[in-house]
Amino acid sequence: MPRTASDVVFVDGVRTPFGRAGEKGMYAQTRADDLVIKCITELLRRNPQLPKDKVEEVAIAATTQIGDQGLTLGRTAALLSGLPNTVPGYSVDRMCAGAMTAVTNVASAIGFGAYDIAIAAGVEHMGRHPMGEGVDPNPRIIAEKIVDPEALSMGNTAENLHDRFPQLTKERSDAYAVGSQDKLQSAYAEGRIQPDLVPVATRHADKGYGLATVDEPPRPGTTVADLAALKTPFRAHGRVTAGNSAGLNDGATACIIASEEAARELGLPVKMRLVTFAFVGVEPEVMGIGPVPAAEKALAKAGLSIEDIGLFELNEAFAVQVLAFLDHFGIADDDPRVNRYGGAIATGHPLASSGIRLMTQLARQFEEDPSVQYGMTAMCIGIGMGGAVIWENPHFSGDNNEKDA
Amino acid sequence: MTTTAEKTTQHEEVVTHPIVQDLTVPGTGYGAEAKVMALITLDNGHDHTKPNTFGLQGMTELQGVVDTLRQRAEAGEIHAVGITGKPFIFAVGADLTGVPTVTRREQALEISQAGHRAFGAIADLPVPTFAFVNGAVMGGGLEIALACDYRTISAGVPALALPEVFLGLVPGWGGAYLLPRLIGPENALKVIVENPLSMNRMLKGPQAYRLGIADAMFAPGDFLEESLRWAGRVLTGEVSVERTDHTTDEAAWTSAAAAARALADAKTAGRSPSPYRAIDLVEAARTRSRDEGFAAEDEALGDLLMGDELRAGLYAFDLVQRRAKRPAGAPDRSLARKVTKVGIVGAGLMASQLALLFAQRLEVPVVMTDLDEERVAKGVGYVHNEIEQMLGKGRLNQDRANRLRALVTGSTSKDGFADADFVIEAVFEEMSVKQQVFAEVEAVVSAECVLATNTSSLSITEMAGRLEHPERVVGFHFFNPVAVMPLLEIIPGEQTDDATLATAFAVGRSLKKTCILVKDSASFITNRLLGRFMGEFSKIVDEGTDVEVANKAIGGLAPMPPFVLLGLVGPAIALHNSETLHRAFGDRFYVSKNLQKIVEARKPGYYLPDGSLDPEVEALLESPESPVALSVEETRERILSVIAEEVGLMLQEGVAQAPMDIDLAMITGAGFQFWNGGVIPLLDREGISEKVLGRRILPPGAASVPA
Repeated sequence: MPRTASDVVFVDGVRTPFGRAGEKGMYAQTRADDLVIKCITELLRRNPQLPKDKVEEVAIAATTQIGDQGLTLGRTAALLSGLPNTVPGYSVDRMCAGAMTAVTNVASAIGFGAYDIAIAAGVEHMGRHPMGEGVDPNPRIIAEKIVDPEALSMGNTAENLHDRFPQLTKERSDAYAVGSQDKLQSAYAEGRIQPDLVPVATRHADKGYGLATVDEPPRPGTTVADLAALKTPFRAHGRVTAGNSAGLNDGATACIIASEEAARELGLPVKMRLVTFAFVGVEPEVMGIGPVPAAEKALAKAGLSIEDIGLFELNEAFAVQVLAFLDHFGIADDDPRVNRYGGAIATGHPLASSGIRLMTQLARQFEEDPSVQYGMTAMCIGIGMGGAVIWENPHFSGDNNEKDA
Repeated sequence: MTTTAEKTTQHEEVVTHPIVQDLTVPGTGYGAEAKVMALITLDNGHDHTKPNTFGLQGMTELQGVVDTLRQRAEAGEIHAVGITGKPFIFAVGADLTGVPTVTRREQALEISQAGHRAFGAIADLPVPTFAFVNGAVMGGGLEIALACDYRTISAGVPALALPEVFLGLVPGWGGAYLLPRLIGPENALKVIVENPLSMNRMLKGPQAYRLGIADAMFAPGDFLEESLRWAGRVLTGEVSVERTDHTTDEAAWTSAAAAARALADAKTAGRSPSPYRAIDLVEAARTRSRDEGFAAEDEALGDLLMGDELRAGLYAFDLVQRRAKRPAGAPDRSLARKVTKVGIVGAGLMASQLALLFAQRLEVPVVMTDLDEERVAKGVGYVHNEIEQMLGKGRLNQDRANRLRALVTGSTSKDGFADADFVIEAVFEEMSVKQQVFAEVEAVVSAECVLATNTSSLSITEMAGRLEHPERVVGFHFFNPVAVMPLLEIIPGEQTDDATLATAFAVGRSLKKTCILVKDSASFITNRLLGRFMGEFSKIVDEGTDVEVANKAIGGLAPMPPFVLLGLVGPAIALHNSETLHRAFGDRFYVSKNLQKIVEARKPGYYLPDGSLDPEVEALLESPESPVALSVEETRERILSVIAEEVGLMLQEGVAQAPMDIDLAMITGAGFQFWNGGVIPLLDREGISEKVLGRRILPPGAASVPA
């Protein structure tokens, strides 16, 4: 049969404010599925041109698919979001890159021509579902030394990365982390974050109902001196601290992915155009390096070089892991192309949800900056992987000559 | 001793706490410029099965919270106040479980005033107030919402009501004053009077929104978030709520009140004070100030709380809510056997109704049998037709219709009963026929299969007598129409064993019926008492009292005039009942000569379809030689007296285990009024029990104001 590949576009993305995991966090007694349902409902509300029955797939990522993150969340959340029961759904897990994978999965199906419009989403309630809940690693992993058991703890892999690249000092990591906090604070003050946040009613048996309207994890005003005083929980006299890494968080994200043709037909916004993507595996012991080969692979596929990328949204699981990427590509620690709104060190990183936060923010930056033609979202992934997605800015003002010159 | 007694009767309030949390109202800015709302969550600390209610302690807490919020609002710390409920429940009104301990009018007034103070304080807050009605909302719950400036409602709210009049109260925490001014007198009286007097009908969220009770409606999934966004638009002035001033159109208030009074007359014959008090309050709300309106509500509540009618209403509420769910005298549930197939002997109208009910509720195969193919086909056809009609009305879907249809089959042979666990007969009301039927069934079924009889009058013990296993026989008496009337009288015979009885109760419960254990005795509870009532009514009329006078005398007692009921039941069946009762109990049960004539003439009843007396029937009626025309009051006393006498006898004979079962049976089986507490509270209240039996039947305080 004749087959035409479709261009795939990012239509719109939203997220909940992110919370601190645990008993004191704002989502302590809020269900995980409700977080992602609120995101999907918001997308449908913000895009009334999209008839609900035109959504043809709902892919939702969660790392710990147990309890309120289980039961084929993609399907159940679709039903609970008011989508008709003709809309199918499924769940995705690629740890931290769950939502990124949900996007590339549905994008692939759209590109292939299997359908036109999908919702991709991610959620992680690390308070209700701590990392490692119910895991049962195969004993062969240790017996056959397939993965250093220490590499199952992400903090250890970050320390390992500091070992591998001695030039990535704790001081550089801390300075980077302070920058992340500062940038997020500015972005909030300039109203760049709020438009894509979905307010979430939080209910607590003792506190009653509240409303989450802003992120809970940021610590604006943090200084390098503050960070220097923090403990290094993963290694005595180590370098990785709670201050230069993302915390344990609760939150959800969602976006609409469509074929460009369908988006144009329905009058949906086209915020980004997917160029290509790549996922790669690396040594699990230094999983933080994953984005480097992933970016290289994606760039190669796209026929682009790193210089063509005008904006980066890199997930900040650990400062050292972002610095490893920047060093590799010869980008300065405080390059203005990187994480303009700050990153996960400030906003938080509810594992499987973060990928779409990167995309939503890149989309907004594309709109703000038509001089940029290409952007990249990239992240490291547990058990030694990396993912990178290259996007084209549909608002690009198109002055290629200057660029060539 | 006294202190112990007091302690045990002391009421423990489940306190609904007002929990306050500040939040930033979305859309009102970021950081310092954003508007802060103090959101009150009403939560009694239990899940939705124990809804939020307001008692004195909760009201005091609320008052304290609102006082603090007032200070904070004046200090500029908060810019709005919101109120919402716990998941699925907003608040369902006053905690009435404490009412039996209210013995003085001052106590009653205090309850009313405490509500007005707290709700009034909310209304007087110097910042905009919002109620976010997220779930079930009734009575005081709705009134706290009415005290707010704005209301949003969830499209998923399953029940909104001011049910006070249903119980014998008025919406006295501001409802009678505020609601008509908000939505107009006609709509308000629908909510305050018409719905409560129509089987306590409730509104759903969208209906309440259409009536104007809420300013905005949102889907349940993100109801609070959307409500808060809407509140933000109100605070920023992006949305403004336009309200109609209903107070200018005096005629609308007069005519709405007149219509509501006519309705109250039709439903209660002026025998229940609460609807009239409510209508008076609503009508006067047009010109009263808020303080005047609230003060009038206080007075009405004070009077009604201290009236026996409300106490009877609460007694009835307790019967239906509690006693009906735990039938007195039922054996342990664990003794019940599983029922996986049902047999029905007979395929007449009653049998067909039973087949449909069993199929719908038990969802097991139901086999109907009758003497010939034609009757069987007619019975099964009836069931299939009913299913088809429900399908047509959208009350069930095609799959469900297919399933139900396939469950109900018919046969002329009883062989299909072989693997049934429960066989019920609904054949001709004749002992020998029923005994014969049971013998035939016993030849086919297992030794444990329950044999139930839908007899309305015959002895269960006698019916079981000739069987090999008489211990499996039980009376299972439904009321017509089976789908509508909740009552099921369950009657063990002398030899009925606990497993059989437990199975009968379990099946009754699955059928969603109100099961009452009754002693094996002629016509059981409901038909006996109703028969005595109807008989005496006919006798009084036959002796020369005008029917209209007699009807007026018993107004508000039964759901309809006796001769109208007679037309519904059919004169032949009514006559048969009265003859049966007469045979069993003698002359105190009257058999009407005039009724015999109507039956002989094959007339369908006393009245023509238009409700007027049929002249042909009138011509048949025998005029008494020396007519005795009683007054309304004389008639009432005579009829209530015979009811009191029969109640006394039934209790003495142990037909009913307790007076409460008689009232529960009359409410659920004969449609007697809720606000009368069935019938016994009325007999006690009007001094009839004292006169006839020399004593009250219920202790003071059980369904009356304690002395």
